[in-house]
Amino acid sequence: MMAGAVHPILSVCPSRALSTEKFRVLVENLPPGLSVTLHSLHCSEMKDYWEAFGHYVADNKGTVDVSQEASLGGTYTGKEPMGLLWSMIPVPGSKEHAILFKLYVETPQEVLISVFQGHLSEGFRQKPPLASVVAERWFMAPGLKTIRVREKEIEGILYIPPGPGPFPGVLDVSGFGGDVTAYRPAMLAAQGFVAFGVNYSLPGRKFTVDYFLRAFEFLQEHPLVISNRVGLIGMSLGAIVVLNMACRTEAISPRCCVSINGSHLLMEESVDKLLNNVFQMKEHTIRRNEQNHVTMRGMQLPIPNEATINMENINCPLLLVVGEDDLNFPSAECAELMAKRMHTAGKEHLLTILSYPGAGHVLHLPNSNLIRISRWRFSFFDQKETILWGGHPKPHAFAEEDSWDKILAFLKQHLYPGPQSVPDAAL
Amino acid sequence: MALQGPMLWLSVHPCRGLVDEKIKVLVHHAAPVQRLTVHTLFRSEDGDDWEAFGHYVSDSAGAVDVSEDVCLGGTYSGHEPMGLLWSLRPVPGSRPSLRFRKKDTGTPMLVTISLHQGFLSDSFTERLPLASRVVERWYMAPGVRRVELTEGGVTGTLFLPPGPGQFPAVLDLPGGGRSLPEARAVLLASHGFVTLALNYLNPRRTAGGEYHVGNDYFQTAFSVLQTHPQVIRERIAIVGLSFGASMALGLSVYSPTIKPSCLVSISGSHVQPAGGSLGDIFAEFKKNEKNTRYDEEKRVIWHDLLLPIPSNPSKKVDVGQLCCPLLLIVGKDDQNWPAEESASDMKEMMEMSGNGHLLTVLSYPDTGHLIEPPYSPHCRSSNFINAESREKFVVLWGGEVTAHCHAQEDSWWKILDFLKKHLYYGPQSDITSCT
Repeated sequence: MMAGAVHPILSVCPSRALSTEKFRVLVENLPPGLSVTLHSLHCSEMKDYWEAFGHYVADNKGTVDVSQEASLGGTYTGKEPMGLLWSMIPVPGSKEHAILFKLYVETPQEVLISVFQGHLSEGFRQKPPLASVVAERWFMAPGLKTIRVREKEIEGILYIPPGPGPFPGVLDVSGFGGDVTAYRPAMLAAQGFVAFGVNYSLPGRKFTVDYFLRAFEFLQEHPLVISNRVGLIGMSLGAIVVLNMACRTEAISPRCCVSINGSHLLMEESVDKLLNNVFQMKEHTIRRNEQNHVTMRGMQLPIPNEATINMENINCPLLLVVGEDDLNFPSAECAELMAKRMHTAGKEHLLTILSYPGAGHVLHLPNSNLIRISRWRFSFFDQKETILWGGHPKPHAFAEEDSWDKILAFLKQHLYPGPQSVPDAAL
Repeated sequence: MALQGPMLWLSVHPCRGLVDEKIKVLVHHAAPVQRLTVHTLFRSEDGDDWEAFGHYVSDSAGAVDVSEDVCLGGTYSGHEPMGLLWSLRPVPGSRPSLRFRKKDTGTPMLVTISLHQGFLSDSFTERLPLASRVVERWYMAPGVRRVELTEGGVTGTLFLPPGPGQFPAVLDLPGGGRSLPEARAVLLASHGFVTLALNYLNPRRTAGGEYHVGNDYFQTAFSVLQTHPQVIRERIAIVGLSFGASMALGLSVYSPTIKPSCLVSISGSHVQPAGGSLGDIFAEFKKNEKNTRYDEEKRVIWHDLLLPIPSNPSKKVDVGQLCCPLLLIVGKDDQNWPAEESASDMKEMMEMSGNGHLLTVLSYPDTGHLIEPPYSPHCRSSNFINAESREKFVVLWGGEVTAHCHAQEDSWWKILDFLKKHLYYGPQSDITSCT
């Protein structure tokens, strides 16, 4: 063996985990005091390469424990056990505005984690690492069933946990132009809910509030779902949809509702009409910077009453999650306005607001990287634009982790209550 | 349907893990002080169903924590966090004398964990559980590669950890059986060692027409590892079970080319013609066949075939000449080999020779011959086919379930620590007394 050869023991534990879970990256058997770089590499479904890295120094036992020690530089700094995931950036030479997004939830995300000698910030491809391991990040739990639904014009995907059931249900309305974004409903099913990701992106069809109300009923009536334990969750456009649903208490009785960066805008006819209304409200306030990146958060506030939902009708606990650096929508201001409306109606006890400084519009699951900017085609623009969604990596990562924990606790409290839970104000 | 009142919640964490990782099974919101049965079910690749179960009573908050609470009965009892896995046994009505083995180590075991009302002991599949979860138990960590090896006449399965290397390596000599057991080798690779599970026991004819492979076969295997580009040639260990352990002892002392950094011998013996071969060990057994005993169920006990431990030095490996650290793992209820008696004799020999400081003996009460990776079901007896004669027996391996499974867990982590110490942490931790 050559003198000075370093044979560290690199481990990531657990090596297979749900994407929302933490791992511990540990390096042992290093020469004490050695400068090293911990590096992660991932090839996305869109064939882009993403990486993150942190600089560390081995302690006097020759160990680096990413969960315990501070990164001294890199794509993240400070004590960040999951920084190697959430701070991922496109590798040099990548196409502009690539985004990291898991479309197919049946397969895991594979991340190669390596340790390099020295404090490197580039050239990872050219230099062999001291050691590498692979971490698998899963979006589906074992035993989960997925069923494509096409029933009475309702379309979507049902994610069903293992076991005899019946289970509480969650209707999940995604925010990105309507097709089912699978990762959240799949992860909710891993936590023991029947989750229905409803699809509203089919061409040539008009999607009204009634469509979503029928989707809710479909879920309630499913033999594996407990009919009086069904909740709502939505993000962005999907959040506006679920808030519209929540106040239609003459039609449905959701047990609880989660809105992520949404607002109380009224969806009069259809989703498309809503988007056009939104555009009209924002038209004068859309800003473009020197690179022609679009910030759309400006809007005439408060929203005129006739353009809002009857929040006073809401009878169920409501959780509003807000990214304060949302550059696409005035989520924080709308949350405040919604709070005022609930207060006026004597229903503030139903409301919880989680507001995160430095977090942007796209609040995904924990350990996801920040989508601060991307190419997007809104129906009211003639072409694809470069949209700024906002957020800064570290606070946004904190918001994703903290809000997910609180969303789960909220859903469990209201959909899986224990004997000593606070009784619902509704029903 | 609508439901009022609290809802039961069953969770198992992690839902995916390596087979040596612990799981945590939790129940919430059951009725207070409710009798419950936690049941595990696994269907093997051969289509046999294996199950285990434990009886618990929820606390005043309606909670059960299998890692913390006491199991009141079932296939295991007492405070046993992993009892639901290691006490798996074939369901009633199964084919007799089955031995647990995962053949395809690249895919996980799928285990269904269910919660039932009341204390049940049978007919689980006829009742609807209160809740179920599925967990995956993997032998292979992500990124580990499996390569079927044929080189220089040697066959086996090579497992490579992810990464560029170089890595220390392990030559894994499993025990007997119809197909090559890979479980230990793939787990070792999952912990950072290039591991070669050597196929040395299946009947074959060598060029010379011999029935068993000669010592050169093992020497070639060792050299294949040494010359592998991802292996640190000075850091190779040998881990052997049963026949493999005995071969490892003999080769480490007498082979001019096999010089392991350290040696793990599980349920082995040094009793064999000194400097002999695998065929010689088989011949020793055959010579003493008359010492075969049978238990009350006519299961074969081969424990006495190498006894008494000879005092004639030509009849056993001179372990006093061993130059590397040796870890002996012994089940005191081994009904198949005289592992305990051999270990005592080896200890004496090494102490007399002055290399006793190289020896560590782990001796486990009520533990049998088949000391497998942790949380594997215990096998007290099973069908066995004699490699030479192809005769079928039911062989008694020994061991009592709980003690044996504790021994599997304890010894595994000690094996890993031992290998890491001598293969990763470097020669400064070795005490070599000879060159």
